[in-house]
Amino acid sequence: MNRTKHISRVLGLPYRLWAAVFIVVPLVMVIWYGLTDANGHATFANVAAIADPAHSKALLMSILLAAAATLVCLLLAYPLCMFLVETESHSNSFLTMLLIIPMWMNFLLRTYAWQSILEKTGILNTALTALGLHPLRLINTPGAIILGMVYNFLPFMVLPIYNSLEKIDPNVINAARDLGASSRQTFLKVTFPLSLPGVISGINLVFVPALTTFVITSLLGGGKILLIGNVIEQEFTLAYDWHLGSGLSLVLLIFIIISVVISTLTDKEEEA
Amino acid sequence: MKQREVRLAKAIKSRRLIRRKLKLKKELIRLKGVSKTYGDKTVLDDLDLTIHENEFVTLLGPSGCGKTTTLRMIAGFETPDQGSVWFDGKDITNLPPNQRQLNTVFQNYALFTHMNVADNIAFGLNIRKKEKSYIKDKVDYALKLVGLEGYGRRSVTNLSGGQQQRVAIARAIVNEPKVLLLDEPLAALDLKLRQDMQYELIRLKNELGITFIYVTHDQQEALTMSDTIVVMNQGYIQQMGSPEKIYNEPENAFVADFIGDSNLFPAVFLRDERIAIDGVEFACVDKGFGKNRPVDIVIRPEDVEITEPEKGTVTGVVTDLIFKGVHYEMCIDVNGREWVAHSTRPHAVDERVGITIDPFNIQVMNKPESEDEQAAELEA
Ligand SMILES: Nc1ncnc2c1ncn2[C@@H]1O[C@H](COP(=O)(O)OP(=O)(O)O)[C@@H](O)[C@H]1O
Ligand SMILES: [Mg+2]
Repeated sequence: MNRTKHISRVLGLPYRLWAAVFIVVPLVMVIWYGLTDANGHATFANVAAIADPAHSKALLMSILLAAAATLVCLLLAYPLCMFLVETESHSNSFLTMLLIIPMWMNFLLRTYAWQSILEKTGILNTALTALGLHPLRLINTPGAIILGMVYNFLPFMVLPIYNSLEKIDPNVINAARDLGASSRQTFLKVTFPLSLPGVISGINLVFVPALTTFVITSLLGGGKILLIGNVIEQEFTLAYDWHLGSGLSLVLLIFIIISVVISTLTDKEEEA
Repeated sequence: MKQREVRLAKAIKSRRLIRRKLKLKKELIRLKGVSKTYGDKTVLDDLDLTIHENEFVTLLGPSGCGKTTTLRMIAGFETPDQGSVWFDGKDITNLPPNQRQLNTVFQNYALFTHMNVADNIAFGLNIRKKEKSYIKDKVDYALKLVGLEGYGRRSVTNLSGGQQQRVAIARAIVNEPKVLLLDEPLAALDLKLRQDMQYELIRLKNELGITFIYVTHDQQEALTMSDTIVVMNQGYIQQMGSPEKIYNEPENAFVADFIGDSNLFPAVFLRDERIAIDGVEFACVDKGFGKNRPVDIVIRPEDVEITEPEKGTVTGVVTDLIFKGVHYEMCIDVNGREWVAHSTRPHAVDERVGITIDPFNIQVMNKPESEDEQAAELEA
């Protein structure tokens, strides 16, 4: 008994070390920088700087775009998962592969690819011009950023929803039909409520990275649209103001914590 | 005026009586030539089945013989490749399940885990937009009927298997279906609970006065509960009839073997009322199987009468003796063939005993036609 405890402690050591070095230390550093000024005095100014219109506008924009991308992901992923679960055929694994293969590619590479598709003289506009149509303004729009978010984060919505739908016993659906429910009623009263845990974790897995991204915004937003992620990045890399960057990060962290807490609470309620 | 009503009531009553006597029960469900194939596996093959109003019908057969598939056809979760399903005189083959006047109790209960007990039971009534007070009364009544009073607000996931089963039953019957379909509803329960639930289901059926179509692979359960048993094997109906008929007069070796312990032997039908088992002649009551034809016979263990060796039609040696509670079970070696006998009087192992059989207790059955024979018939 004592022995196994001892062994598991030893085996767990690398993980503890990893967590300490790469999670706890940076977090402590962010908190330290965020709550001090250049002279090392405690201050709340870095956090309060979110009230600056430039910053609060970026935060609001981030929340809006992340929410829009999450919604689009949900609307795309849910019907797809329904289809995958209902048909249960060989073409399924093919479809799943189609979804997963892009994830093997580097995140930056994928986003660069979209840049060259959407550019003013990119693949799409070249094709449109060749067809005698007007080129469109695609790149550097909120739409392009949302597209980039959806493309990159869609699998994180699909997988949890697929899992939760897959887990539903087909006889539970049959039971609803048997008790007089139409397909629509069955979906609203049984299928969707039972898949809610998957939906919630999907929303979390998409919303949080979408809220914090700066790569997608720089590449597809052309620096014209600043999200809070970009503001923070610039504080670190351009302005070298680690204190302000950390303070704004803390604000973002609070939003992330709120979104995670909300979803775990709804999840718990579901189970109770 | 009043007199006429009385006369009318009498007439209706007497007609009901006549109908009951003549067994002219009203036909409720009919499967006509239903076939179903999955891939290259034929699960149901040209199945014909008629079920009457207020009947307790049991589909009985080994696992994989197509019982659940038959039930799913009736419920509407499956459409036949060929044939049709009729309900109350109407073709419902293509009617979706939510428009059929029957409800199902699923093998694995299939409760809605995101709802409490009362909401599960009220599901069908809510769909039909019944009044709140009506729903509440009905749910309370159903809870009482299945012995779960006061459980309404509990979560279904915290209930025991037996309790979940009761919720599933309540959820179905609260809708007042004309037919209740039950797919091995007691299979997951332990023996004691299963026996209790058997009685409760019979009580429930009598109280509700509706048709039950019950699926089981447990022959004891089928014999105890049913008005009619449908014995199935490999997508075919082997025999259909009352429990007594199925038990006492199995039509073929499969039914005889599947229903209860039995001595199932090959024999020769010498002539009317005369058969030979392993060369020894026995009297029987069956006629019309031809002359010197190979047949199967079945003798129930309780019909094997043990006598002193010199008084038996055949003699044998007891090889095994087991006490079974009410009776003893003995295995007797008769010239190399094992006979099983049930008796309240034990005979010791190695004792030599005689065996006699009442002619009435020998059930003669045709041998199943082999495919070769069928082919030969077709060619001829
Ligand atoms: N959806 C299906 N796809 C393929 N085979 C099936 C399907 N449903 C049932 N079967 C097959 O049909 C046969 C009969 O099944 P079932 O009706 O469930 O038998 P039972 O209820 O008598 O045990 C089984 O061999 C089963 O494997
Ligand atoms: Mg079955």
